[in-house]
Amino acid sequence: MKEIRLMKGNEAFAEALIRAGTDAYFGYPITPQNEVLEYLTEVEPHKRTGMIVLQVESEISAINMCYGGAGAGFKVATSSSSPGISLMMEGISYMAGAELPALILNVSRGGPGLGTIQPSQSDYFQAVKGGGHGDYKLFVIAPASVQEMADFVPIAFDVAFKYRTPTMILSDGIIGQMMEKVVLFDQMPRKTLEQIEKDYPWATTGKKNYRQRNIITSLDLDPIRQEKHVLKLQEKYKKIEENELRYEEIETDDAEFILVAYGSSARICLKVVKLARKEGLKVGLLRLITLFPFPYKKLEELSKKVAFFLVTELSTGQMVEDVILAVKNNAPVYFYGRTGGAIYTPNEILDFLKSKL
Amino acid sequence: MLTYKDIIKPENLVYRRTPLLTEKTLSYCPGCGHGTIHRIIMEVVEEMGIQEDVIGIAPVGCSVLAYEFMDIDMQQAAHGRAASLATALSRLMPNKYIFTYQGDGDLAAIGTAETIHACSRGENFIIFFINNGIYGMTGGQMAPTTIENMITSTTPYGRNSQLNGYSLNITELIAQLKGTFYVTRQAVHTPNLVRKAKKAVRNAFEYIKLKKGTCFIEFVSNCNTGWKKRPLDAIKWLDEVFLKEYPLGDLKVPK
Repeated sequence: MKEIRLMKGNEAFAEALIRAGTDAYFGYPITPQNEVLEYLTEVEPHKRTGMIVLQVESEISAINMCYGGAGAGFKVATSSSSPGISLMMEGISYMAGAELPALILNVSRGGPGLGTIQPSQSDYFQAVKGGGHGDYKLFVIAPASVQEMADFVPIAFDVAFKYRTPTMILSDGIIGQMMEKVVLFDQMPRKTLEQIEKDYPWATTGKKNYRQRNIITSLDLDPIRQEKHVLKLQEKYKKIEENELRYEEIETDDAEFILVAYGSSARICLKVVKLARKEGLKVGLLRLITLFPFPYKKLEELSKKVAFFLVTELSTGQMVEDVILAVKNNAPVYFYGRTGGAIYTPNEILDFLKSKL
Repeated sequence: MLTYKDIIKPENLVYRRTPLLTEKTLSYCPGCGHGTIHRIIMEVVEEMGIQEDVIGIAPVGCSVLAYEFMDIDMQQAAHGRAASLATALSRLMPNKYIFTYQGDGDLAAIGTAETIHACSRGENFIIFFINNGIYGMTGGQMAPTTIENMITSTTPYGRNSQLNGYSLNITELIAQLKGTFYVTRQAVHTPNLVRKAKKAVRNAFEYIKLKKGTCFIEFVSNCNTGWKKRPLDAIKWLDEVFLKEYPLGDLKVPK
């Protein structure tokens, strides 16, 4: 029997970290994701698995602790919300360059600047288009329920270690704060130092006499070698695009109008589909689960059989640019968004959709 | 008739480069203290037989390539963040010896928060802090440790405390923190000082085993290139002026 609990999204994420066999979590308080650090300090995971939980002096320090831990092959994670994620961008870029696996959760809120503590989806560009400096991409996965706040933890870790790359769970204040039933996966074991050394021969756990020293760095001053390194990273992102794409189609088979959304917006759009179908409108939903990789091909395929797409985001329109790129003028792409922490109702979206008929 | 082959035998060996320094030619300017400091750290690691258990963190600055010269596992940190990397490593592998190797710009300007908080938490790693009062790698700009009236490429008329503020004596600050266990200021520009500094390095590696807090060694070093001084003039200025601001000796020793 799996354990079933009523939890906040942030708590489900925290519990999933422990159960995924995470070695260390480093965090700094910021609303609306404080429950992650609070939950972890309360349940004392060091007594359950030996997992280290540390509140540190800044998000900059937290992400660099992830760099250090990941560089020794440990399973490390951090979490924050939009302004804190901006601070982490330097470290994320270094981790991409040094090819280090780690999990970063963004429970996003409205911006720019201090913005608001209310939920928003205005960090899409930052998450998907790089964010930090240099030619790199993050694997980005967006939960639409408390259940997925837990379930996406092992998925994101698997991708991180399979490809040696930082990964991000892009959530928002709605999913982080709301409470739902969660079926928790069973405890996975943490790796021992011996297992880490065997599985990750690149890890800096101390130079053994049977191998050369290991170096974790993103620096190479030779342009030809640096170019080769960056191209190797691009090959890796291409493989991620080939193998790790996830999306969900809801009533798209006969749909004339397709909603495109992710995260909390996708959750709201589920209701829009129901309301529209009740009125006899053939509305479907393409729910994006991964944001990188992005379902360009799927959207192109759908674009040949629908009257139009309606992209909804809690932003002034970020993901919509990728949808337009994918659809290639095959069908009109409309956009409906709210921002600054304001949230649309299903009827608001439905009214907008009807205005385009 | 003796040939050199008869003389070069292990039993006649009086001095050698520690094998824990790689064959790679050092990227430092002639006369710089980095080479000597690298050597004494690696000699101590060799003497203690702990090569398998040491992980070092290289900074951004002149010693950014420290990992090319030290034959141990190393990570290269973003500018100023070495103490954060070392915190994670020492917490995740409490039985290993973790050290950071940082310059004054890295540790005392951009990395002040990481350094102070790691030392305040009493993280069990060693910080080797090389202070030459200047940003060497980027061409000799003013550092937080640049002393009053000192000429750098961004204080071409001398550091003016009215305009640029005062030099930051961060080691004195570090010694005040409850989390530090051993804090000392050393130098390596005379044979006597090299021997003392090596002793301090050995102390730090011995103390860190006790898990009683952060060990912090400042090495005051000359930067002939950045100071725009001839090697002997640089050492003279170091002795007569720079060390007045940064007097050598222990600031905190275990009771």
